[in-house]
Amino acid sequence: MTTNSPSKVHVTTTINGQQHELLVPPYMSLLDTLRELIGLTGTKEGCLDGNCGACTVSVDGRIVDSCLVLGAEVNGKNVNTVEGMATPEGLHPLQQAFLEEAALQCGICTPGFLVAAKGLLDNEPSPSEGRIRHWLAGNLCRCTGYDKIVRAVQKAID
Amino acid sequence: MHPFAYVAPSTVAEAVAVLDEHGDRARPLAGGTDLLVKARANVWELDAVVDIKNIPELMNLSVGSDGLSIGAGVPCYQVYDNSEIAAEYPGIVDGVSIIGGIQVQSRAGLGGNLCNAAPSGDGICPLIVHSAVAKISGPSGDREVAVEDFATGPSRTVLGKGELLVSIEVPKPAANSGAAYTRFIPRNEMDIAVAGVGVFVQLDSSGQNFESAQIALASVGPTPILASAAGDSLVGKPVNDETIAAAAALAKEAATPITDMRGTVDQRKQLVEVLTGRMIKQAVERARG
Repeated sequence: MTTNSPSKVHVTTTINGQQHELLVPPYMSLLDTLRELIGLTGTKEGCLDGNCGACTVSVDGRIVDSCLVLGAEVNGKNVNTVEGMATPEGLHPLQQAFLEEAALQCGICTPGFLVAAKGLLDNEPSPSEGRIRHWLAGNLCRCTGYDKIVRAVQKAID
Repeated sequence: MHPFAYVAPSTVAEAVAVLDEHGDRARPLAGGTDLLVKARANVWELDAVVDIKNIPELMNLSVGSDGLSIGAGVPCYQVYDNSEIAAEYPGIVDGVSIIGGIQVQSRAGLGGNLCNAAPSGDGICPLIVHSAVAKISGPSGDREVAVEDFATGPSRTVLGKGELLVSIEVPKPAANSGAAYTRFIPRNEMDIAVAGVGVFVQLDSSGQNFESAQIALASVGPTPILASAAGDSLVGKPVNDETIAAAAALAKEAATPITDMRGTVDQRKQLVEVLTGRMIKQAVERARG
């Protein structure tokens, strides 16, 4: 960093139900804010340009690519990441279904798919296969060929 | 990425002041889906980004008897989730529904699509055929520019130093009118148009004749193109395969594409003809209700 770098931004935000007060470099993405300032490394970096969805998190209930959001922008907002899905009682039904359907191989895309699929099921309890595939079009997986992922989401509905 | 300052003003005047102070080294931040990509790739070296999402006028979305007003920061999903807009402006909904995936649609909007000024911007042609107007504020006051004149080249717009797009105003469509937009891409989702066509038609009360028509083309020129001759050719003509084919042929004439990684000149011109025919028919279907 240069000595005249712009001053940090004071951000108060709720992440997975817990309030955080942060000083965020103004050009730092939400992705890096989560991973580097808070230590929530479940959210993955993929393409860094909004194509792959690996960095998907939810902000105020809408899924976004966290690489294309600034940390400074989530002041006063509710952020939810993959780390917020499981409870002390067990895995989220989507996580359980992904395991049972073997909907992952290398696993890099999985947190993004889980958060994106949760964003769908939270608002639409029984989407069609077509709707699931459309909703998940912003998430890329280079291992599974998608069928297992779609089946897992369908299983989580049941 | 060059380190930039983040400012989030709550008034247009404050935003304009920061943009004016920094000139090309500051940009408004709406959804960030183009801005942060360009900043990260060092296409833009910025000293400041101006988050416009705390400015009420830029986040306003209203639809009523005097038309549709879309604040420059309103994201795509708010447009297509609005049932009144979906019913009255289906062509605009066609466009915002195919910009990126769901994640991008949570953030990106028509204001950014217009200001990014990509020839392929899927949101722009539907606005052009609706004769939408861009409301701009700047250091020397406010002005309005027709959306068809907003882009002046790839990534270039009429916006001068310190000027900010505030909203897009879409007149209320006439009775017996309909609009539609589609694009061709080699996959189902998440791609950039090889060619795109937007159409608005107004029929007479019988629903059998065109009273007016506007046709706009994406990805086949340095900016989205209003194909005036193609639209004008339909005025006063009956709705039939011949008149539609004639208009589609004129739209093909108006296309001035290049050959690049996405398609060739010939393919793009052919696509414009085919898509224009289809979109006229769909707009007619919607006009007839």
